[in-house]
Amino acid sequence: MWAYIFRNLLQRCVLLVIVSILAHSIVHLAPGEPSEVDPSNPRMQPEDIAKIRAAFHLDEPLYRQYAYWMRDLFSGELKSFKDSQPVLPKIWERFLNSLPLFICATLIVWTLSFPTGIKAAIQRGSTYDRGTTFIAYTLISIPGFFLSYIMILWVVNMFGVPVIGMRTFGMEEAHPIFQGMDRIWHLVVPSLMSALGGIAILSRYVRSQMLEVIGQDYVRTARAKGLDEDTVIYHHALRNALLPFITLFGFLLPGLIGGSVIFEYIFAWPGLGRLGYDAILSRDFPVILTINFIAAALTLAGTFLSDILYAVADPRIRLE
Amino acid sequence: MEEQILMDEKNNLPAKLVLSETPFGEFWRIFQKDKLALLGLVTLFLLIIAALASKALTEWTVVFDPATVRLVDKFLPPLSYASELLPVEDIPRFGIYLLGTDELGRDVFARMLQGSFVSLSIGFVAVGISTFIGILLGGLAGFYGNVRFLFISVDTLIMRFTDVMLCFPTFFLILTVVALLPPSIYNIMIIIGITSWMGTTRFVRAEFLALREQDFVVAAKALGLPAWRIIFLHMVPNAIAPVLVSAIIGVASAILTESALSFLGFGVQPPYATWGNILADGKNFIFDAPWLFFIPGVAILVIVLAFNLVGEGMREALNPKLRRR
Amino acid sequence: MQAKTDCVLEVNNLHVSFFTDRGKLRVVQNVAFNICAGETVALVGESGCGKSVTALAIMGLIEEPGIITGGQIRLKGQELVGLPLAKYQQIRGHRIGMIFQEPMTSLNPVFKIGTQIGEVLVHHSKMTEREARPEVLRLLKKVGISSPHRRIDQYPHELSGGMKQRVMIAIALACQPDILIADEPTTALDVTIQAQILRLLKQLQDDMGMAILLITHNLGVVAHFANRVVVMYAGEIAEHTDVRTLFHKPQHPYTQALLKALPIPGHERLVPIQGTVPMPLEYPSGCRFCTRCPAVMKCCPQKSPSLQKIEPCHYVACWLYQMKNAP
Repeated sequence: MWAYIFRNLLQRCVLLVIVSILAHSIVHLAPGEPSEVDPSNPRMQPEDIAKIRAAFHLDEPLYRQYAYWMRDLFSGELKSFKDSQPVLPKIWERFLNSLPLFICATLIVWTLSFPTGIKAAIQRGSTYDRGTTFIAYTLISIPGFFLSYIMILWVVNMFGVPVIGMRTFGMEEAHPIFQGMDRIWHLVVPSLMSALGGIAILSRYVRSQMLEVIGQDYVRTARAKGLDEDTVIYHHALRNALLPFITLFGFLLPGLIGGSVIFEYIFAWPGLGRLGYDAILSRDFPVILTINFIAAALTLAGTFLSDILYAVADPRIRLE
Repeated sequence: MEEQILMDEKNNLPAKLVLSETPFGEFWRIFQKDKLALLGLVTLFLLIIAALASKALTEWTVVFDPATVRLVDKFLPPLSYASELLPVEDIPRFGIYLLGTDELGRDVFARMLQGSFVSLSIGFVAVGISTFIGILLGGLAGFYGNVRFLFISVDTLIMRFTDVMLCFPTFFLILTVVALLPPSIYNIMIIIGITSWMGTTRFVRAEFLALREQDFVVAAKALGLPAWRIIFLHMVPNAIAPVLVSAIIGVASAILTESALSFLGFGVQPPYATWGNILADGKNFIFDAPWLFFIPGVAILVIVLAFNLVGEGMREALNPKLRRR
Repeated sequence: MQAKTDCVLEVNNLHVSFFTDRGKLRVVQNVAFNICAGETVALVGESGCGKSVTALAIMGLIEEPGIITGGQIRLKGQELVGLPLAKYQQIRGHRIGMIFQEPMTSLNPVFKIGTQIGEVLVHHSKMTEREARPEVLRLLKKVGISSPHRRIDQYPHELSGGMKQRVMIAIALACQPDILIADEPTTALDVTIQAQILRLLKQLQDDMGMAILLITHNLGVVAHFANRVVVMYAGEIAEHTDVRTLFHKPQHPYTQALLKALPIPGHERLVPIQGTVPMPLEYPSGCRFCTRCPAVMKCCPQKSPSLQKIEPCHYVACWLYQMKNAP
């Protein structure tokens, strides 16, 4: 078992290195440089540009730049092109901001998808099934930002729910309880919007998994034993249907970065996605690369965890 | 269904009319049971015809003109008449703005028409690229899997590469590359294409691995057929079902991605109109001219929904588990 | 068929149809037979003739789009057709046990086999899991599984096909049912294991005195283990008699053809039955075997013959015999 874990971990580290090299090459090979970002700035003299380029090693060969990046990243010294501030603390701070949004959205998605999907599978072909199917497809098909804007218009007019940023300006003086409530209030709409697409997709997948399991022979055996239908579905069938979702869980972590760009932009949420977006706008290579690297690391960590969990949950898997 | 019995005079034995169904007939029978999927298919046909027609109607012979700026007539709601102050050549066809005008007085209907062709072509080209890469890599991995290339087998090599690509946060990567490259419609198509082939590769590889052991492939090899013939004429047609479903849903996803890119400002640049950038422009005027925001949004919703419904309907109809009925 | 009060199971006029988008499939038509305590009745026929559907109908496990469209099924006098689900669930696994064809997939892969056997006891006999454990061990021993103390905590994938089928038998017999339905219990197993499983079933039957409905397409199995045989073709009963008579004096052309098709050492040619089994959609009106019957007559395609008693305990559905007995 430990040999498997070790081998798995090693493979993932190798993958991570390859991913970082690939990301680095892609970003650096594209035209467009930090020094080009602000050509209208009168203070950017050619000498300044040259100085910046030298400071950030932009004139050196690609592999050297990669080495610099790696060295700086792991020593904590990596500095942003934009304002020469250390990259890691910035990312960390933004990550903490994104975290509540992510946790909230994930909770909403996973707690709502399973009952919906299971019920749709059990009552296949019924009005409930067809209705939820149609709603799910619509949610998948609607552009996230489109729905968010509509929601913003409706919700702000009707309920006065805040939709900008993480907290109300000037709340720092208030009692912690009110601050806490304010933060939660600000979380509601953004996390709900982020969650909708996920609910649609996940509930469809839950439904199809349940349908497949319900058609299996061992479910027929359970019925032949005379067990009541609830036991057959929720004990025998569900336990098997849930297994693939453990692997899905591993892909949750990287969703933190990818999907959040749009929603953090719309709701002015100062999170990791926003940081990435601003970094792309300003050609801030270290930040872009580090965010990519962290996302890849999170993916690999997440799938690693789910591999282990799956092996624990499914007695058919015996790790050699 | 009525059974008919014919007496075969020669042998004095009753012959039977056998009920037969071609594979496509069976597919169509199951597909058309899903009314939503049928609706989606009809919508798709209409939209594709509209898109092709619009290329003709807005560029070759300008029936609907998307580019003319008429500052006099800006921000007109849908179904408004053109102002009398316009010079003759600027008057829209039939004198009416079917979907209103935007902030520069351009005919929204014409822009939507033009955008339909561009949006759909981005979707199809991107999916074409990703499907091609997917079939290529998946087929190689599935068919030549055990062949060792230096110290590593082809299958492992391709699969590890797929894993690497899956590690990247896809949308963020697309955004990065599109933002760094010069803005161009072809770049967007290519980038979306080369970041979405991973699913297809997995499907094709899985199907090929299963098919490789099947008797008809072994028989073909025993007959001495060359590898390319076996792959393209015998195996690919059998493996195509999940690829097709994945492709259709991929077009929907590509259109959504393009609109998200446009929303963030990195999509196709003017003068090309896509529904994505019409929507992105429209978000600035959501209070003053809501139709500029809602019309492209609803249009994207409809076309993506149509693709998704057709794709899911196909998946149900092609599913071998359902074929028993 | 006379109703006998000491019959464990009595099936009368059973009709099962499947309503699909291609039409109404009359999968089981007018099937009738009974089984008494301690005897084994074999339900024989080719694939697709409706024997499994009959078994599922007895268990009440026919699912959409299939439905029992007529007939009665009586278990020791109690009518099962139309029984409310809750009552049916009390009977399944308790008074009727069933084992299926594919032991590889019939056990839940994520639960230990001890749990799966004990579940029946817990559910029907109101024992706790702890109380059921010694009984499970006894059952494992009874079905011939070696080292039951080790096996009871194993998962299905750790067992061979034969052992899995023994576990299925243990599950089916845990509550000492009146009747065991075995749907092709050995078809998916190796030949040597087949013999073991069948011998086990016979031995358990002698021990417990239960009735067995054995579904199979293997005439060799029938010859060794059945008391009476019901031959089905295309959803209908062709012939119903005791096993000796079936093999020595088969009357229905289909049964005769089946026996002729058996390979006999010394005879060089195999004699197949010409034609193929019709699909449910293509069932002819009239006798369903008429398109392949070597003795077909003009009246056969027009009307379906009913089951006629030609001797004590020998019933045939064929116009050849109707004509003789016709007034």
